[in-house]
Amino acid sequence: MAIKRLLINKMGLIGALIILAIVLTAIFAPLIATHEPLKIDMLHQVELPSDQFWFGTDEYGRDIYSRVIYGSRITLYISILSVAVATLFGVLIGAVSGYFGGWIDTIVMRLMDAVMSFPAILLAIGIMAVLGGNLNNVVIALGFVYIPRFARIVRGSVLSLKGKEFVEAALATGKGDFYIIFRHILPNCMAPLIVQITASLAYAILAESALSFLGLGAPPPAPSWGNILSDARNFMLDNVWMTVFPGIAITLTVLGFNLLGDALRDVLDPRLR
Amino acid sequence: MNPMPQILEIEDLQTHFYTRQGIAKAVCGVSFHVSEGEILGVVGESGSGKSVTALSILRLVPFPGKIVSGEIRLKGQNLFDLTPSDMRQIRGDRISMIFQEPMISLNPAFTIGDQLIEALRVHRKISRREARDRAVEMLGQVDISNPEMRLEDYPHQLSGGMRQRVMIAEALLLNPNVLLADEPTTALDVTVQAQVLDVMYRLTQDMGTAIVLITHNLGLVAESADRVVVMYAGRVVEEGTVTDIFQDALHPYTQGLLKSIPIPGHSLGRQREELYEMKGMIPSLQRLPEGCSFHPRCSFVKEICSQTPPPRKEMGPMHFTQCWLYS
Amino acid sequence: MEPLVKVENLKKYFPLGRRLWGKSAHSVRAVDGISFDVNAGETLSLVGESGCGKTTTGRLVIRLIEPSHGCIRFKGDDITRHRRKAMRPLRNDLQIIFQDPYSSLSPRMTVKDIIGEGFGRDSGLGSRDKKDRVLEMMSKVGLRPGHFDRYPHEFSGGQRQRIGIARAIISNPDFVVADEPLSALDVSVQAQVINLLFKLKEEFKLSYLFISHDLSVVEHISDRVAVMYLGRLVETATRDRVFQFPRHPYTQALFSAVPRTQVSQQKERIILKGDVPSPVNPPAGCHFHPRCHYSQDICTREPPGFDPVEPDHWVACHFPLKDSKHV
Repeated sequence: MAIKRLLINKMGLIGALIILAIVLTAIFAPLIATHEPLKIDMLHQVELPSDQFWFGTDEYGRDIYSRVIYGSRITLYISILSVAVATLFGVLIGAVSGYFGGWIDTIVMRLMDAVMSFPAILLAIGIMAVLGGNLNNVVIALGFVYIPRFARIVRGSVLSLKGKEFVEAALATGKGDFYIIFRHILPNCMAPLIVQITASLAYAILAESALSFLGLGAPPPAPSWGNILSDARNFMLDNVWMTVFPGIAITLTVLGFNLLGDALRDVLDPRLR
Repeated sequence: MNPMPQILEIEDLQTHFYTRQGIAKAVCGVSFHVSEGEILGVVGESGSGKSVTALSILRLVPFPGKIVSGEIRLKGQNLFDLTPSDMRQIRGDRISMIFQEPMISLNPAFTIGDQLIEALRVHRKISRREARDRAVEMLGQVDISNPEMRLEDYPHQLSGGMRQRVMIAEALLLNPNVLLADEPTTALDVTVQAQVLDVMYRLTQDMGTAIVLITHNLGLVAESADRVVVMYAGRVVEEGTVTDIFQDALHPYTQGLLKSIPIPGHSLGRQREELYEMKGMIPSLQRLPEGCSFHPRCSFVKEICSQTPPPRKEMGPMHFTQCWLYS
Repeated sequence: MEPLVKVENLKKYFPLGRRLWGKSAHSVRAVDGISFDVNAGETLSLVGESGCGKTTTGRLVIRLIEPSHGCIRFKGDDITRHRRKAMRPLRNDLQIIFQDPYSSLSPRMTVKDIIGEGFGRDSGLGSRDKKDRVLEMMSKVGLRPGHFDRYPHEFSGGQRQRIGIARAIISNPDFVVADEPLSALDVSVQAQVINLLFKLKEEFKLSYLFISHDLSVVEHISDRVAVMYLGRLVETATRDRVFQFPRHPYTQALFSAVPRTQVSQQKERIILKGDVPSPVNPPAGCHFHPRCHYSQDICTREPPGFDPVEPDHWVACHFPLKDSKHV
């Protein structure tokens, strides 16, 4: 039913299709790719796009097209997992902090403020430096960095909702705190939460690219889009195509998440039915 | 037959809202007039179109609303012919409006003195000193003590009743011809209401300003209005003097409304009686019933009521109604 | 016969300002020592203007908030200090209907779930039984079975209020606090809801604490009336007595301020001086003395006791009114 409504919303439809395409690409990568993404071929270095190499090759002769295709796996893995981590912890922290208030709230929010006072990328870099560079550590680092944003948003919604009369009504029928949080308050936080999730998914992709660009992301030779861009750095001026394709992939995915997110938020709001 | 000159005339006003769910016909062919110096009560429940009518007079209908057709004449001049800058001259100067919530009508960031002075100087070329004196004088007229000192107060420092009186002062600063009062006392306590209304009536009587009193409170209208217009779902269903409406109501909706209100003193010493209930609900403005908008709820409904809207008929001097019972 | 609910010297002070450690210096004395009874099967109306503490009282009586002082008894048991756990079995018996039909229903829950919430815990009913009861309740309050799966925003204000009422009554309570249940509704809808509240009262043998500022409605539905001013009770009596012969100057002014539709009922209004003072800094002695036309020296120093002037008619005034000339 929700899906039917989604299909009516044109922008959401486009967003959904884009994401679907990315997901399918990730799942069926071995079938879609033309070459091994890690296979080095020193005979075909830095070549223009051709029949054999659809997006051209990089400095190690690796097929950029195949690398971009396989890169979708890494991108999705990192962005979805890190946002999942941030959402899970952020929502719990924000809900408990906002609902119970008092000193818990004060201490927790100051901690969140402390984390947020670091620029996200710098903090992620710092964490990566400590943990070491591998895929799961990227997930942990990005997840951690985004927790405060989620906590803040959820806390804000919780604060405004806990004074509402329907919460009083539930209390008057003897319902406990956790019932109220899960049944009344959190469902009504959906709208800002969804927006934050899609925004974060988009940021996570960009952050991963930035980290890889700095050599702190997915360890090479993994074909993350950030790595592909990073490898292309030295060849950018004369060989633009090496950056164009991963760049388009990133842009398209970010766009897809944003459109889908906006549409989902509208679709899930019962008031707009 | 109308003894007093008409200061404001509304003719066949149509104001519609173009929403995603369809076109809401908030005002659907409304006509009435206001005579000089009189108090006209405009009565209706939600969706009746009374507030939108007032906003249409000042051409302040918010998006997605639009005045579709009709004429509104102030002393004979059609307001819809005016340019936006001419219209700005009218607002606050010839026609003023006060709203239900004085907290949101007064800017919390400025002192009330600033707001009163600004209201004056927008329309008249006078010095700040003169404007200030006039503001103090007005505040005194609305029974605010220590007006000189009050000028420096911010809206949040005043009580609800005082803020509403400041609104009245601001609205009457320039001696307008018409004051549109949209639920001016609904947000106030009953004892404060009495104070505010007292001030409003006294001043307008002194200045000869006509009041269009928009409200859902029938008691208020019964006690203060000269004439009454009853609105339902964007149309005027009955119009008459206050005696006509309250003692000789003709339209089934007016009758039903009057019957729904508990009569003070009536139940004392008696067994409790059920209140009269009008069946049905106020229709959605996007899906108005065919013919007479009230017909699905009317106890006297006839076949023609569901087909054609009834014409306006004069039933007595100044007493009009739109109902197939009488045509 | 013991009263169903007995309130003795109830107080609620809200601290003002926050300090990290220790208590703050000032408080708002929202409820400042009130005592009253509600007997089984009766409707006690609590009336007063904004800031008088009636809403807070409603919530205190059913222990939604903690009293600062005093005693609340339900069916003879002292529930003043009951913690959440101890209150839980009583939640079925003590219920509340809210004022705002727009914010008292969770926007993301269906009608079925909202009403179903009223069952509380330990209802001992299976889901099939619950569903049947919900449908039964819906039809009693005038909702159609098809409305089962709809969301609050699909309903009008009057219908939403019915949903709220169904939620409150479904657990078969003994005592229901109705906190201004009509204020947000149109006049014609108010009549429907009033009649519904009465029908349910008879059918389910309910007792109401009806909180309102609308005196015409209060007169229509109450058995007894209690008038509050700035956290204190000023007058309590049977409905007939208090409306025919109010003895406290505030009650008198309050009743006279209500606008009437019947010409025969309209009378000279008593206009009170000044505004309602803030509950943070109430006047010394009798809270009402600055606005009272009859205040004397003792009124500024000593708060009056709450004493009977005749059987079952209590007044807090040093000089209760002696004649009904102004009524």
